[in-house]
Amino acid sequence: MSNVLIELKSLTKNFEDQQVLKGIDLNIHENEFVTLLGPSGCGKTTTLRIIAGFEEPSGGEVLFDGVDISKVPPYKREINTVFQKYALFPFLNVYENVAFGLKIKKMDKSLIDHKVKKTLKLVGLEGFDKRDVTRLSGGQQQRVAIARALVNEPKVLLLDEPLGALDAKLRKEMQGELKKIQKEVGITFIFVTHDQEEALSMSDTVVVMHEGIIQQVGTPEDIYNEPENRFVASFIGESNIIEACMLKDMLVSFDGYEFKCVDKGFKENECVEVVIRPEDIDIVRPKEAQIKGTVKSIVFKGVHHEIVVETEHRDYTIHTTDYYEPGLKVGLTFGPDDIHVMYRMDWE
Amino acid sequence: MKHFTKLVRPYIIWAVVIILLPLLLIVLYSVTTGGNDLVNIQFTLDNFRRMTEPVYLAVFAKSFRLGLTAVGICLFAGYILAYFITFFSERTQSLLILLVTIPMWINTLLRTYAWICLLSDNGAVNTLLQMLGFQPVTMMYTDFAVLIGLVSDLLPFMVLPIHTSLCKIDHSLHEAAMDLGANKVQTFWRVTFKLSLPGVLNGIIMTFLLSISTFVIPKLLGGGQYMLIGNLIENQFISVGDWNFGSAISVILAFIILLAITGMKQFDQEEGEEE
Repeated sequence: MSNVLIELKSLTKNFEDQQVLKGIDLNIHENEFVTLLGPSGCGKTTTLRIIAGFEEPSGGEVLFDGVDISKVPPYKREINTVFQKYALFPFLNVYENVAFGLKIKKMDKSLIDHKVKKTLKLVGLEGFDKRDVTRLSGGQQQRVAIARALVNEPKVLLLDEPLGALDAKLRKEMQGELKKIQKEVGITFIFVTHDQEEALSMSDTVVVMHEGIIQQVGTPEDIYNEPENRFVASFIGESNIIEACMLKDMLVSFDGYEFKCVDKGFKENECVEVVIRPEDIDIVRPKEAQIKGTVKSIVFKGVHHEIVVETEHRDYTIHTTDYYEPGLKVGLTFGPDDIHVMYRMDWE
Repeated sequence: MKHFTKLVRPYIIWAVVIILLPLLLIVLYSVTTGGNDLVNIQFTLDNFRRMTEPVYLAVFAKSFRLGLTAVGICLFAGYILAYFITFFSERTQSLLILLVTIPMWINTLLRTYAWICLLSDNGAVNTLLQMLGFQPVTMMYTDFAVLIGLVSDLLPFMVLPIHTSLCKIDHSLHEAAMDLGANKVQTFWRVTFKLSLPGVLNGIIMTFLLSISTFVIPKLLGGGQYMLIGNLIENQFISVGDWNFGSAISVILAFIILLAITGMKQFDQEEGEEE
C-alpha cells in the first residue's frame, strides 16, 4: 500500500456529556477509497467532520502528511467535501458553483474556465454551465457537488452519505461513477455510508464503526468473510450467529454436535461465536445431515428464496434458489470453511 | 376546495369599502377643485401643478433625504443586530427578538414623548452631560432628534425580516464555502449576505414606507416648523382644510413609493438572475 496520508490517533469527541468518538485510530493511504460504515449515531459523520475541520476533536490528533491539522480551519486544508444534501449555492448557476473555490483563490479567469469545463466533463455535465442548480435533478446536483469539490484538486475528497437521497437505480449508477472518478483523478476518497452493500461494492478499505469505536478495518472481502465480532457479522449482510465452544484448533462444537472448521489460535474450550452466511448452508434430506429441522417460512427475494428452518436449538436463515414447502423436514449441512469463528464479545 | 372560495367574499366587500373606495375618493379629490357637491364636479390639475412650487419640492426633498438616512442607519444597525442574534441558541434568539419587538407594543406617541424627556434641553441626557462637566447640547427640534425617533421606531421592521432570512440559511452552505477555501469574511459576503438579500430588501421597503409617511415623530421631535410630506398632508386635511391639495400630495407620494418598490423588486430579480 502507498504512503499514509491521514493518520487519526486516539481521536475522541464529546458533545456535551455524550462521548461520540471513543478513541479512533486509523491510517488512510494515498489514492485509497476508504468507507466509514456503521449505523446512524456510530460516529462516522463526526469522524468525517473532524477530518474536514468542521469539528475540533476533544482529544487525539489528526495528522495530514505527518502534520497535526486538528486546529487548522477548514479553508486552509487540502481537503474538500461533498455534503449530504449537496449544499449547492442556490444563487449561483452550475458553472459559478463549480468555480467558487477557484475564484476565492483569485485564479486567472482563463485557467478557471479551463478547469471548470474539464471537471464538468469529468462528472458528465458538459454543457450544463448556465443551468440553475435548484432546477437540476438529484443526480445532477450530486454531480455538481462532486465537481465543485474536485475542481480544487484536493488531496482528499470527503463524501458524507452522498447517495442517500437518490433512488435505487441512480444510486447504483453513481456508485460505479464515483469509483471511476476516483480512479481517474487518483486521490483519496473517504466515503461515509450506512449502506453495507454500497460500502462493499465501492471501497478498497471498509472501516466498520459502532458506538464511537472502530470494530474492524479491512478489505470488503475480509469484512464479509472474516468478521471480527458479532456486530460486524450482523451488520454486514445476513448471517446466522451461533454461540459455540472451541474444543481445539479446527474443531468447534455447537447445537450438540462437533464440526470441523478452519480457524485456530483460540484457547481450548474457549467460548466463541460462529458465523455461517445464509448462502453457505445447503438444504439436504434429513438423514444426510446432523442438524435437522422443519421449514418454517419461505420468502421470495428476487434472486433467491430466504428460508427459515426451525431446529431444536435455533432458527437458521438460508438463501437458496430452490423452493421448499413450509412444514417439510430437512437437514442442514455446511463445509468446514463455511464456518467462521469469532471471539465472543459482550453485547448489550 | 371550491365551496370555500365563497368565504373570501366578505373580505372582498370589506376591502372594497375600507381600502379601495377611499383610495378612489382620494384620487377623485386630487383632480377636482374645492367646494364641489355630488352633482357639480369640476375637474382640475391645479393641485398637482401646485406641487411643483419650490416650497413643496423642498419638503419632498427633505423627507426623502431624512427617510433614506433613517433607512440607512436602520439597515446598518439592524443587520448587525440581526446577524449577532443568530449566533445564540434558538431559545435565546426568540427572547432577543421579543426584546427587539417589545417597543412596538407601546404607542408611538408615548415612545416619542419618552424621547422628548431624554433629549430636551433640561432632559436626562443634558443633565448627565452637565454632571460630567460638559456643556449642554440642544438636541430637540433638530434633524438629529427626528432621526433618533425614526430609527428607534423603525428598527424592528428592519431586524425582523433580516433575522428571518438569516435563520433560513442552511448552515451547510457556510460549511461548503469554508470547505472551498473561503475564510469567515469571504463566507459572509459571498454566501450569508447574498442569501439574506431578500430580507434586506423587505426591511428597506418597510422602513422606507413608514419613514416617508410619518408625521407624529417629526411633529413632536422636530417642532412645529419641521415639515415633512406626512406633516404637509396632515396640515392640508386638518389645519388648512384643503382636502384636494392634500389628496394630490398623497397620490404623488403613493406613486413614488410604488415606483420605488417596483424598482427594488426588479433589482432583486435581476440580482437573482445575474448571479
